[in-house]
Amino acid sequence: MASEAPSEAHGAEDGGLVFHPMDQFIVKPLFGDSEIGVFTITNVTLWMGLAILAVIGIMVLGTRKRAIVPGRGQSIAELAYGFIYKMVEDVAGKDGVKYFPYIMTLFMFIVCANFLGLLPMAFTTTSHIAVTAILAMAVFLTVTILGFALHGFGFLKLFWISAAPLPLRPILALIEVISYFVRPVSHSIRLAGNMMAGHAVIKVFAAFAAVTVISPFSIVAITAIYALETLVSFIQAYVFAILTCVYLKDALHPHH
Amino acid sequence: MATNTTEATSHAADAAQVVEESAGMPQLDFSSWGNQIFWLVVTLVVIYLVLSRVALPRIAAVLADRQGTITNDIATAEELKKKAGEAEEAYNKALADARAEAQRIVAETKAEMAEELAEATRHADVQISAKAAESEKAISEIRAGALEAVKTVAADTAAEIVAALGSKADADVVNAAVETELKG
Repeated sequence: MASEAPSEAHGAEDGGLVFHPMDQFIVKPLFGDSEIGVFTITNVTLWMGLAILAVIGIMVLGTRKRAIVPGRGQSIAELAYGFIYKMVEDVAGKDGVKYFPYIMTLFMFIVCANFLGLLPMAFTTTSHIAVTAILAMAVFLTVTILGFALHGFGFLKLFWISAAPLPLRPILALIEVISYFVRPVSHSIRLAGNMMAGHAVIKVFAAFAAVTVISPFSIVAITAIYALETLVSFIQAYVFAILTCVYLKDALHPHH
Repeated sequence: MATNTTEATSHAADAAQVVEESAGMPQLDFSSWGNQIFWLVVTLVVIYLVLSRVALPRIAAVLADRQGTITNDIATAEELKKKAGEAEEAYNKALADARAEAQRIVAETKAEMAEELAEATRHADVQISAKAAESEKAISEIRAGALEAVKTVAADTAAEIVAALGSKADADVVNAAVETELKG
């Protein structure tokens, strides 16, 4: 990495720029240069650990006073709690409330990881398909198993739209089945894609900042995209959580 | 890599460089997936335990507490409001009572005073009439006294005048003449 700085400066002079927008996503061991095994302590470990600390900081330390009139920290925790609780209740229904801790876990992890990823030099764990795919597959499998466990084969009525005219139903069922299996893909790629794209674009503009003429524009653009990314960080966590609630609703109430 | 870039002069080469760099998406480097998935599962389990064991029950308790406090406070406020209303009513009643009492006292006093006044007037009237009668009597006495004196003086004067004229006046005649004159 160190050898790139002079080359970028030089590259700016003769009109060639070097972009390494994806380097920030490289998973590397924190200690030594060993091969990455399953249990190796990597930057993934570090930033996920920081996400855990952030969750503990917001949800546990913030509420330790248990004040009737909440302070700032407690307000944030209560706001997060109320926000997700209401979402689960509204979208998945009253009987979805018992799955609230799981959805809260997903939301808090994603939102903390997204925001931590916005720190300079940070590694964004949620920008990796590996992470979001596991999250999405966990949701998909849970919802599917839950659906069959609660309703047996009645869960398949989810694909049989009784409101539609009979001749159309097989076609709609096919479309529904396809869309059902596409869910985990879109669910995971939406989050990882958003996080990766935003960070990569910031990196690209940062590389352009090496060129004197366009550097003011570049810095303004970085600022603007950073603001946008802050918004996206929250919205993607929200979207992930609300889609989980929608899928959960399908499992709990497969009848349209 | 650095030397490679410095040597690259044409834009085409740069573009190729960029493509080459971008092609190696770290996300698609499956060798790191096991590591990421392991740490993700650890993270999720830890967060789940922290939230479900500590944070969420605590926040739920705080929210329930607050709801309870608010309900209690509202009930207390309503009770106090009711009490205030009662107090106001009692105050108004006391005020009306006091007003009525005052009016009664005023009326009583007025009646008493009127009675006293009438009594005094009556008393004064009696006294005045008594005094007037007395005075009238004195005046008539004085008047009677004066008439008698006039009679005597007139008789005497007549007798003297008669004597001065050189004849002796008979007292009885003079007196009779005076009587006659006075009756006029």
